Amino acid sequence: MRRILLALGLCLIFAQAARAFDVEAVQDFGPDAPQRRLSVLSTTDIAILAPVIDAYLAQTPGLGLHYVVASSQEVHRAIAEEGAVFDLVISSAMDLQMKLANDGFARPLPAPLTDAVPGWARWRDLLVSVAQEPVVLILSPLALQPGEEVPRSRRDLIALLRDNPDRFRDRVGSYDPTISGVGYLLAAQDARLSDTFWRLAEVMGRLDARLYCCSGDMIDAVRDGELLVAYNVLGSYAEANAGHDIAVVEMEDFTLTLLRTALVPAVSERPELALDFLGYLLSPQGQALIDAGVGLPAVDAGVFERKPHLRPIRLDPGLLANLDAITRLRFLGEWRAAMEQP
Amino acid sequence: MALSLRRRLVGQLVVLAAGLALVLYIAVRVGAERASQATLDAVLGAAAQGLAEEMRAAEGGVLFDVPPGTFSMLAAMGEERIFYRVDVGGQTVTGYPDLPLPRRPPTALAPQFYTVPFRDAQVRMAAVARSLRIEGRATPVLVALGQTREGQEAIAAQLGNRAAALGLAVFLAAIPLALLVARSLTAPIDRLAESVGRRGPRDLRPVRHPAPQELAPFVTALNSFIGRLRGTLSQTETFIAEAAHHIRTPLAVMRNEAELALRQSGEEETRARLRGLIRSADDAARSAGQLLDHATVLYRADQAEWARLDLAAMVRAVADRLAPAAGMKDIELHLDLASALPCDGDAVLVEAALRNIIDNAIKYSAPDAAVEITARAMATQAVVRVADRGRGLGHVTPDRLLRRFRRGDNVGDVAGSGLGLTIVDEAAVAMGGTFSLSPRDGGGTCAEFCLPLASA
Repeated sequence: MRRILLALGLCLIFAQAARAFDVEAVQDFGPDAPQRRLSVLSTTDIAILAPVIDAYLAQTPGLGLHYVVASSQEVHRAIAEEGAVFDLVISSAMDLQMKLANDGFARPLPAPLTDAVPGWARWRDLLVSVAQEPVVLILSPLALQPGEEVPRSRRDLIALLRDNPDRFRDRVGSYDPTISGVGYLLAAQDARLSDTFWRLAEVMGRLDARLYCCSGDMIDAVRDGELLVAYNVLGSYAEANAGHDIAVVEMEDFTLTLLRTALVPAVSERPELALDFLGYLLSPQGQALIDAGVGLPAVDAGVFERKPHLRPIRLDPGLLANLDAITRLRFLGEWRAAMEQP
Repeated sequence: MALSLRRRLVGQLVVLAAGLALVLYIAVRVGAERASQATLDAVLGAAAQGLAEEMRAAEGGVLFDVPPGTFSMLAAMGEERIFYRVDVGGQTVTGYPDLPLPRRPPTALAPQFYTVPFRDAQVRMAAVARSLRIEGRATPVLVALGQTREGQEAIAAQLGNRAAALGLAVFLAAIPLALLVARSLTAPIDRLAESVGRRGPRDLRPVRHPAPQELAPFVTALNSFIGRLRGTLSQTETFIAEAAHHIRTPLAVMRNEAELALRQSGEEETRARLRGLIRSADDAARSAGQLLDHATVLYRADQAEWARLDLAAMVRAVADRLAPAAGMKDIELHLDLASALPCDGDAVLVEAALRNIIDNAIKYSAPDAAVEITARAMATQAVVRVADRGRGLGHVTPDRLLRRFRRGDNVGDVAGSGLGLTIVDEAAVAMGGTFSLSPRDGGGTCAEFCLPLASA
């Protein structure tokens, strides 16, 4: 019944779908009355991807692109629960994307497209990475006294925060894993890789750390001087938005590397348009634009050899474990216990 | 005609090879599937049990961590999809509530395996049950963990396809091999057939060619058949010879009596009748003689006991013996003979052949004509050529004249049995030689009798 309705009135359904989940921003690219329209649901800010979209539309006349930005949780909810119809879904929450693909919401991609992506950067023929980015620590210029060294590891960071509680009280920021999909993914991966995460959480809890929904807000807060330190910020936003005096640190004990993944939903009504755009994003031209023009690092295996501290988050169903309801509840309970100390 | 042995053999071998290839494919396919199924089931079962053991009671429910490593491992082979469900006290607490459960409730001891369609895939499930003390009450807990098996299927299919390719290769290789085997198997039959086929028309010796054991009954049957044929033939020939012999004596008596009566009779009419009687008796005696000759030739050809003889000397002897008969018709015999022509043969056969040739030439020559007789060595052959100026061959081909009881269409006025040339031909062939008739330039016939020259 729903399918018939969809076929009958696209606009209406778009409106319904748009109402059914929380949208952060919407923008229409291309001509005012496009012959064909590609709809993209993404967690990536409009400003970041706009240059690539403009370059793509310039070479495909008559095509319009409807770009909707939502948080990673909302992106997952829109596709898995609300039945929203989009042609392409791009998200930085790898676990949620993996769950969409695992649960059968993704349409298989043609072999020429997936073959161009290395095995570690895709899952089956359902999920491909369009960009990879390190997860970094950013420091305000006010964070360090003269003579203090920039922290290179979590151990350094813990020591810095513990030794100067007055300076950092209420001025440390990080993701709120209870509301941010990416934040939860990063926290879970941190906890999996190292016990220092829990010590760091305890230290941040003692300093009444502030919690954010998004990387952008954290960067803004650092730039405005509200925060001195922001932990677990997406590298692309940091590079793009930070001023020259803000330090961007890749931790040397390990720096998680996130893959921004794309899938074509099974319900897509114009999969051919989605595949064409995805093909452009993965092409050398598209990757160069993503890398240089946009500041999102392109998919590149070589970077792991040059920077051995980079740890790519493994794109496989192991990600589903953290999404388990009970596991998640337990993890967040532990996290809250660490953060909210008497 | 029945299907050729070779074809039948090839057909059966090829069918056998095809059957083997098919069996190989199915065996490998099923074997690979079973083996990988068992292995993967063991891993899946262990994972489900691990998950169940992980569970512990907590305030208001259960607590457990899903280990990401477990899911990674389950998904590793062929990038499988993972589904699971955890029920506590009959309520789904996490995972996929719509994931089907096994028909019979699983026990705590061993995981229960089943395959169900879920979403758009076939999912292999392992279900484990255990009991947990929650808030002082024993509560049943059920863990169902499933994975797709597309990688396993792909590997099994790949193995199966490889086996099929191998089977097909065996099948293809079997065709030339089967041909080779068939050829080597039927080769002794071919050799036997060839050795029997190579024999002369009158060679009735038993087959002594070495034959494989399987062909021995056939050879024995063939030899016994040849023996019976030989017995029948020799019986017939003996009978003819005896019959001819028995007729000749009374004929001679009858002729003598008629000649005596002719001399004594004065009455012209009676004399003419007697002369006719004498001529008929002569014809009959001649025919009987030739029948005897023929039987002799057949018999001696069969014995094939050859001795060294001089063909030139024999030609001279036969010509001398027939000179009086030629003289009666005023026919001259011109002899032009080599000094010696050594051949291996039977003197009786050669004598009979030469006598018939020269006799024929004299018989069909007009009075006062000449018959040229030459005997020469030509290459490896001793060639006796008898040329006359007689009436020639008429309209009958030479081959026909060599058959038994065949005579030319222009010889009605001359007595003859139609056996003479047959005797010559059979004698020549028996000794490995040839006999031919051809028209002679300027009229008449040329008869050529050849025997291989004996090697020194």
